[in-house]
Amino acid sequence: MTTGRKWLALSVVSVLLLGGAIAYGATAYARYQARAAAPSEVTTTTALTTTAEPHIVFRNTAQGQGYGKVATVPIAEPSTARALTEQACDRVYATNEVLSCLRIKRGVPTTFEAGVFDRAGTEVGSWPLPGIPSRTRLSHDSTLVSTTSFVTGHSYATVGFSTETVVSRVDGESYGNLEDFTLLINGERLTAADRNIWGVTFADDDTTFYATAASGGRTWLVHGNLAERTLTAVFDNAECPSLSPDGTRVAYKKNSGTPDDPHWGIAVLTLTTEEEVVLPESKNVDDQVEWLDDSTLLYGLAREGAVGDSDIWSLASDGSTTPSLLIEHAWSPSVVRK
Amino acid sequence: MYISLSDVTPTEKTPDVPGRRPTQSATTRVSSVVIALGVVSMFTDISTESVSAILPLYITGVIGLSTVAYGVIDGLYQGISAVVRIAGGYAADRGDQPKWVAFFGYGISAVARIGLLFASGFAALSAVVALDRLGKGVRTAPRDALITASSEPDNLARSFGVHRMLDTVGAAIGPLLAFGILFFIPDGYSTIFVVSLAFAILGVILLGVLVPNKRPRAERAIATAQPKARFRWRDLNDRRLRRLLLTAGLLGLVTVGDGFIYLVLQSKSGFAAEYFPLLYVGTNVAFLALAIPMGRVADRFGRARIFILGHLALLAAYVCAAIPATGWQLTLVCLLLLGAFYAATDGILAALASQATPVETLASGIAAAQTAVALSRLIASIGFGLLWFSLGRDGAMIVVALALAVLLPVTAVILRDFLRVARSA
Repeated sequence: MTTGRKWLALSVVSVLLLGGAIAYGATAYARYQARAAAPSEVTTTTALTTTAEPHIVFRNTAQGQGYGKVATVPIAEPSTARALTEQACDRVYATNEVLSCLRIKRGVPTTFEAGVFDRAGTEVGSWPLPGIPSRTRLSHDSTLVSTTSFVTGHSYATVGFSTETVVSRVDGESYGNLEDFTLLINGERLTAADRNIWGVTFADDDTTFYATAASGGRTWLVHGNLAERTLTAVFDNAECPSLSPDGTRVAYKKNSGTPDDPHWGIAVLTLTTEEEVVLPESKNVDDQVEWLDDSTLLYGLAREGAVGDSDIWSLASDGSTTPSLLIEHAWSPSVVRK
Repeated sequence: MYISLSDVTPTEKTPDVPGRRPTQSATTRVSSVVIALGVVSMFTDISTESVSAILPLYITGVIGLSTVAYGVIDGLYQGISAVVRIAGGYAADRGDQPKWVAFFGYGISAVARIGLLFASGFAALSAVVALDRLGKGVRTAPRDALITASSEPDNLARSFGVHRMLDTVGAAIGPLLAFGILFFIPDGYSTIFVVSLAFAILGVILLGVLVPNKRPRAERAIATAQPKARFRWRDLNDRRLRRLLLTAGLLGLVTVGDGFIYLVLQSKSGFAAEYFPLLYVGTNVAFLALAIPMGRVADRFGRARIFILGHLALLAAYVCAAIPATGWQLTLVCLLLLGAFYAATDGILAALASQATPVETLASGIAAAQTAVALSRLIASIGFGLLWFSLGRDGAMIVVALALAVLLPVTAVILRDFLRVARSA
């Protein structure tokens, strides 16, 4: 092949490859626009659920208009038309007074943000997150907020994977990163650099909380104390805990696989007796469970074959029933009882 | 971009009669083969970095894997590359076909990009990531051997500088491209994967077409009128190479990743976490701006000297990060120092390894040096994490800075053979 021909061939190949990629991108863009403008695949309403009525707040993942927006349904009728708000969140949690919203802000570079809003949608406060939104919870009296984000390295200089979990007062004051709390495992202080804390759930006294601590491939359910700044391990192999409304039990993800190839089921621990019940959910659960009431759990499961879509399932907390679908095309449920 | 092919085509046409040195005045020009390899690396880095930048988002957001799973994938990223690097170097030397070993490495990374289009679970994604890193590990040493084989001894460091500059340009473009796509198409991951695949294939084709199949051992045999020497492990046990490996390993032990330095800067200054990615951009810009000048100076002034001086820049960066003062100017100085460190050490190490290794074991020698650095830095990261916790941020920084300050004169003694000859031939 002569040099001239070689360059011609290279030019043609380059144009074909890059042109093909651009064409693919253009159609993807057009498809996205069409999808976002299409009517939602579920029935929606703009009439807001009154916050006086018990309701479930979640992220709407139905394709079409309103994708990614915060939505609500009454607890009494979870399968009725969902009321969509204008607010877009990747993780959401609400009480009757405030709503915590973690968001990915797409751009160059992409950044992450946490915000607290009153239930009319007015921002109370917001702050940047160091990584991808993972979990958020509020205390029942709406005074405390927790956020967990994944802080990931960059291929050029990987700091390694870690989570950052911060507890703050809704009015602004922060208790800081929970990694700076004293972590006690079997009475011994754990100081390993690879320890990570995630998935907070608050008790009603504004001091006590539960969370996950991990180090060296092991995880623990830890009991936290905001006043003493301590985390004390109370049980092995428990992630993303959720305290029952009556405060007697904790539901969490339990890994039945290995640390390298995890398979998470759901288990419920009675705190006083340390009796653990593993529930009949065979699918891999990657969510922080939420209590619908003192005997029912809610959690999100990715919808098979549909990228970016999921459903909210319910399950009896004593293991007496099998899972049932509660809200289709939904994620990140929180229950507002009053 | 100007790429002269005048000295490429004949060699490629007649691969059995190699040994031609480019006839151009090599003291002033970097070989077109080096530029072609640089462009191949640039496209490949656009391909890799566009995916790396959004992979955490994709894994956690779309596939829905949890934190622990991401840690495992990230660990795979780190580990695989170092192990197969030696194998890639050995294969290139053994068969005397560095181009095709590198081609194989670039090729399997491109195949991994195809896999990315279909991977939908943890196992599939791990396999794809592993395959990609496998390719990177295999190709690095043979590619650097090709750069050496295509360069003149007196512009070797500059050649590596040109290559690393183009490589870093790709690393800077990739994430911008990916985040740009996500900005317009929020769920546009498949578009990013398709664009990434296009660049990967383009890189492989450019390598196949533009880069001649240099055969260092055969060329040497013809040049010296001796029978083709065999690959001998013994050649790797050269005193100079041993000293270089020792130096690289020792200095690697006190080289904490720039990610840690950014963490120090951030926790000290308290600037918003969202500016974190800009620090990487700053270091990369300094790296790509300084890569060629550093190589040029290294060729004149001595590569080992620049290599040691580069670590002095790293020491300065540590001090810069540790001093209690804050301010954006100081942050900029730190990034500039880090960029200078990379520019003075990354390509230069490959150049030094080349000059310490006989041509029969060239790729293996380069691979050994790079593996020594990769493994010792991995240990350094873990160690620094522990130090940070036990001594606190500033204490850890000071300990590492002191260790580096002590090691620098020690390594200067170990490398004295290299330091004496300013211009090596």
